[in-house]
Amino acid sequence: MLAYFLRRLTYTIPIALGVTLLSFLLVYIAPGDPLNAIAPADAPADVVAALKVSYGLDKPMPVQYGLWLKRALQGDLGVSIASGRAVRSDVFAAVKNTLILATFAALLGMVGGVVLGAVAGNRIGSWADRAASGFSVLGVSVPHYWLGLVLTIIFSVWLGWLPAMGAGPGSSADGGNGWQWDWAHLRHLILPGVTLCVIPMGIVTRTVRALVAETLQQEFVTALWARGLSRFAVFRHVAKNTLPTILAVSGLQLGYLMGGSILIETVFAWPGTGFLLNTAIFQRDIPLLQGTILVLCLFFVALNLLVDVLQPLIDPRMRRA
Amino acid sequence: MAVIASHLLASAPPPPGVMVSARIVSPGYWRSVGHRLVRDRLAMFCAAVLVLLVLAAIFAPWVAPADPFKASMLKRLLPVGSPGYWLGSDELGRDLLSRLIYGGRLSLAMGIVPVAAAFLIGTSIGVAAGFIGGKTNMAVMRTLDVFYAFPSVLLAVAISGAMGPGLSNTLLALTIVFIPQIARVAESVTTQVTQLEYIDAARMSGATSLTIIRLQVLGNVLGPVFVYATGLISVCMILASGLSFLGLGVRPPEAEWGLMLNTLRAAIFNNPVVAALPGVMIFITSVCFNMLADGIRSAMDLKR
Repeated sequence: MLAYFLRRLTYTIPIALGVTLLSFLLVYIAPGDPLNAIAPADAPADVVAALKVSYGLDKPMPVQYGLWLKRALQGDLGVSIASGRAVRSDVFAAVKNTLILATFAALLGMVGGVVLGAVAGNRIGSWADRAASGFSVLGVSVPHYWLGLVLTIIFSVWLGWLPAMGAGPGSSADGGNGWQWDWAHLRHLILPGVTLCVIPMGIVTRTVRALVAETLQQEFVTALWARGLSRFAVFRHVAKNTLPTILAVSGLQLGYLMGGSILIETVFAWPGTGFLLNTAIFQRDIPLLQGTILVLCLFFVALNLLVDVLQPLIDPRMRRA
Repeated sequence: MAVIASHLLASAPPPPGVMVSARIVSPGYWRSVGHRLVRDRLAMFCAAVLVLLVLAAIFAPWVAPADPFKASMLKRLLPVGSPGYWLGSDELGRDLLSRLIYGGRLSLAMGIVPVAAAFLIGTSIGVAAGFIGGKTNMAVMRTLDVFYAFPSVLLAVAISGAMGPGLSNTLLALTIVFIPQIARVAESVTTQVTQLEYIDAARMSGATSLTIIRLQVLGNVLGPVFVYATGLISVCMILASGLSFLGLGVRPPEAEWGLMLNTLRAAIFNNPVVAALPGVMIFITSVCFNMLADGIRSAMDLKR
């Protein structure tokens, strides 16, 4: 077990380093001199030269990467060009908001997907199966930013039940910390959360349906029926067999949602990382872009690691492997 | 062609979403796949819809009732069913039906071109890595794992965001997003195939590596990778239109469904139906691509 964890960890470190390198290289795939993004076009030559030194841009690229990485490891993600604030504080406030939205959506998607998938997989070919499968195809095919607009039109414009924008009182566009767990804030979570949950729900439905159908065909299930076990007892055995994979798939969905919520956050003006990325891109704020992407990806890498580490803890079969 | 022993292929778990099925490859294999596909009514219906959309996009100048770029300040945001504007008009008074027909050109191309490019590049990388094996394979696949650590939307947004808006940048970003995924599938199938005995036999008969790849490996790899890639087209379309929706893809006044959705967003209070229409097109196309990909997948799976 310990050897497995260590192996998994040593496998993760190069990936995490690679992620930092890719995030760093974003400056270089940006068109033009990175300095152009920092200094105004009409800045005097000596100011530009001073900026170049202060950002370390006069050094060779590997040295720059080393310096950048060192500072990032110490928690210093640089200063936003647009706002002049530390990137770290902006990113962490935004990550918190995105995490609230993504967790809510992932939970909705997971519960809905497990229920639909289990019902469908239990009776392959029935009308319930066809409905659930059809729904899951629609779920993975729908352009969710459009779904967000449609839900806004129905529930905000026509019915006027739910707010169309923002994260409730006290939340500001630059990642305000106004979130609270009360109705005034939660009602803002409903539309973006439901919109975002459609994709994981479709994927989880598919996975659970295939898993349940496959498990039900195995001989041990026939043996359980033959021994006269109740429906519930058989269900318990099937659930135990499928649970580890379901948890692994659902866990990763949270990571995809953290990265994938950018479009939904734009539609609903949700003050999260998507909003931050949008600002970073259109104001050519490269440090902010780098910082946000780095934090999101490291979160995803860590989540992957967590899922892999949890797997053998809940699945004894994997401990033997 | 070669006969693959099912237990050998089943020895390593295939990557998610890919069915490396136990199948007997005979001269009539593709033919029987075709037969099964044609009998799949849902898949054929989706294929028909897609053909219609593609034809409408190709022959847009003849099909579209009006000039998609001709604006009219007096006829802005007309509702669906207005005389001369069957599907209404957009925020600049341009005929929406014509723009939807023309929009198919960019939207469909942006869904297909990156996947096709990634199919070529990713398969080459995956087959080469899997065939060479050993440390080279390790190095290549670990490098691709880094790209895998990015959720696709984030990777696409990061690359095209850093490079700036524009059609070619979007295509490039999306191609980069899909190369690692396709390469991974190609590598996993290639690695399984190269362990089979007939590869050793071919090698002993004096065949060069290229000949073995061409005759023995590709025939086994292309099928599963192709199925995987068809499933990516719908993802790619949604991503591409999403980038345009963010303002990162094609620029105004170009007609593209995602961009139209973006520019019509301000109109959801005045004319919600018209504002939602470009999204309906993306939805229909993406559902059809997904259903067709599912149909091809099950047609190629002779187990059932």
